[in-house]
Amino acid sequence: MNKTNTQHRLAKDRLMLWGVCLFATLTAVPLFAILGEVLLRGYDQLSWSFFTEPTPTAYKVMKAIEAGQSIPGGIANGIVGTVLMLSMASLVAIPAGILCGAFLAENSKNRFAQIVSYLTDLLQGTPSVIIGIVTYIWVVVPMRGYSAIAGSVALFVMMLPLIIRSTEETLKILPASLKEAGLALGGNRARVMLKVQLPAAFGGIFTGVLLAISRVIGETAPLMFTALGCSFIRWSIDKPISAVPLLIWEFFNDPNLQELIWGASLFLLLFVLTLNLLSKYLAKKWNQ
Amino acid sequence: MTPILEFKKTCVSYTKQTMAVKYVSAAIERNTITAIMGPSGCGKSTLLRAANLMHDLYPNIRVDGEILLNGENILSMEPIDVRRRIGMVFQRPVPFPTMSIYDNVLSGYTLNGIRLDKTERDATVERCLRNVALWDEVKDVLNKKGTFLSGGQQQRLCIARALAMKPDVLLMDEPTSALDPIATAHIEELMQELQKEVTILIVTHNMGQAMRISSKSMFMYLGELVEYGDTDTMFSNPADERTRAYLTGKMG
Repeated sequence: MNKTNTQHRLAKDRLMLWGVCLFATLTAVPLFAILGEVLLRGYDQLSWSFFTEPTPTAYKVMKAIEAGQSIPGGIANGIVGTVLMLSMASLVAIPAGILCGAFLAENSKNRFAQIVSYLTDLLQGTPSVIIGIVTYIWVVVPMRGYSAIAGSVALFVMMLPLIIRSTEETLKILPASLKEAGLALGGNRARVMLKVQLPAAFGGIFTGVLLAISRVIGETAPLMFTALGCSFIRWSIDKPISAVPLLIWEFFNDPNLQELIWGASLFLLLFVLTLNLLSKYLAKKWNQ
Repeated sequence: MTPILEFKKTCVSYTKQTMAVKYVSAAIERNTITAIMGPSGCGKSTLLRAANLMHDLYPNIRVDGEILLNGENILSMEPIDVRRRIGMVFQRPVPFPTMSIYDNVLSGYTLNGIRLDKTERDATVERCLRNVALWDEVKDVLNKKGTFLSGGQQQRLCIARALAMKPDVLLMDEPTSALDPIATAHIEELMQELQKEVTILIVTHNMGQAMRISSKSMFMYLGELVEYGDTDTMFSNPADERTRAYLTGKMG
C-alpha cells in the first residue's frame, strides 16, 4: 500500500465524516427552528392566569386590545379537558395494552396472536382522523352528543397499539432464563408473568406508556369529531369538552384570539418534551 | 427401595426427524450426586431439562418414554406440581432482578401463592441462606437487590431459592461454568453438604468437577447414554471405548 493511496482513503473518510455531520445537523434544524419560533412568540404569554383562566370571549379580547392591555384569559378549559380525557383513556389503555402485549410476547407462534399482532400494526398506522370519524359513529351518535367519553375512546384506541408494542418488545428482550427460573420454582405462567416478567420489564413498559401519552396529547383531528370543544372549565364526562390542541385550532380560526396560539403551543410542546426526556431518563436508569 | 428418579426409555426430540435424547434408561439413587458428562450437543442438558418438564414450554419439543419420581410418571403430572418437587439451577445465575435477596429466597412461595407468616419467612430465609453458606455474607443486606451480589454469590442465592421449596431432587445445568475457580470451589463444597438433604443431578463439562463431587456418573454421546456407573470406576476403567476416548481428551 503506497502513500498516495493511504492519503486518498483518508480523504474519503473525512468526506464521509463531513457528510454525516452535515445531514445530522440538517435534521436538527427543523426541531430547533420550531422550538425557537414557539418559544419566542409564546414566552411572554405564559403567566399564572394563562393556566388558571378559561378562554376569553371575543368581546373581552377586543376591549382589552382597545385599552392597550395584554389579552386576558388562558387555556385552563383545554388543560382540564386534556387531563380528564387522557386519564380516562390511560385507565383502560394501560392495563389492556399490557395484558395484550404480554399475550403476544408469550404466544408469538400462536395463530390468533399473530393475527392480533398484525392488527396492532394496522391500528398503529391508521390515520387519526379515521379513528375520530369511526368513534363519532360508535359513541357520539348513540350518545346523541359530543362528550369527553367519546374523546377518550378515540385517544384510547390510539394509545392501545403503542402500549401493546412496547410491552411486547420489552418482554421479548428479557432473557428466557428469567421466565424458566420462575417456572422451575413451580409457578404457573400467570404468576411468573405478574411477579417476575412484568416487574423486570417495568422500565420499558413505563417508557412506552409515557411515549403513548405524549403521542396522543397533541392529537387534534379525532377530538374534533368527539370532544368538540367548550369555552369554559367543565369536569363532566358526558358533555362536550375542550382540549389544548383543540384550542390551538380554535384560536387560529378566530382573528381576535390568534395571539393565544403561541402560549398554548408552547405549553403543549414543553409538556411533550418533558415526557420524552423523562421516558429517556427512565429507560436509561432501568437499563443500568 | 424405589429409586428417587428413574428415566425409562426417555426420548426427547426437537424435530420429527432427529432425536436429541435416545432411549435413555437410568435409575438415580437417593441422596447422591450424579454427574452427566459428554461433549457439546450430546443431549445432556436436554435430558436434565426433561426431568422438570422444561420442554413443556416449547410446543415443538416431544418427550417420550417415562420419567418416574418416586415411582410416579411425571410426564402425566401437572408441571407446576413436578417443578415444586424437582428444583433447577441454571448455567447463569438468574436472581429475579426486581426482588431483594430476602424476597428472592422466598420467591418459590410467592410464585406458588403460598403465604407464610413473618416468623416462618425469616426462619426460611435464614435456614436456606445458611444452607448455601451465604448467610454471614448477606445477613445485613437482605433488602438489597439480588443482582448486587457477585456471580458466585448470585448462584448460591439461586440454589438457596431452589432449596427453599424443599425439593426431592435438584437439577443443576453446568452451575459453575460462568463462575471463577474460587466461587466454583465454594459451590462444589456446598453440593457435598447438600446431598444429605437432596438428590443432585448435575450436568458438567468439567471432568475434574465430576470426579471431585459425584459418586455416580453418566456418559452421553450423540443422545445415547453410553455408560452409567460409579464415578471412580468410570474414570479408572471405563467400559466403553467412547467413554475412554472422551475422558482421555481424544474426543469432545
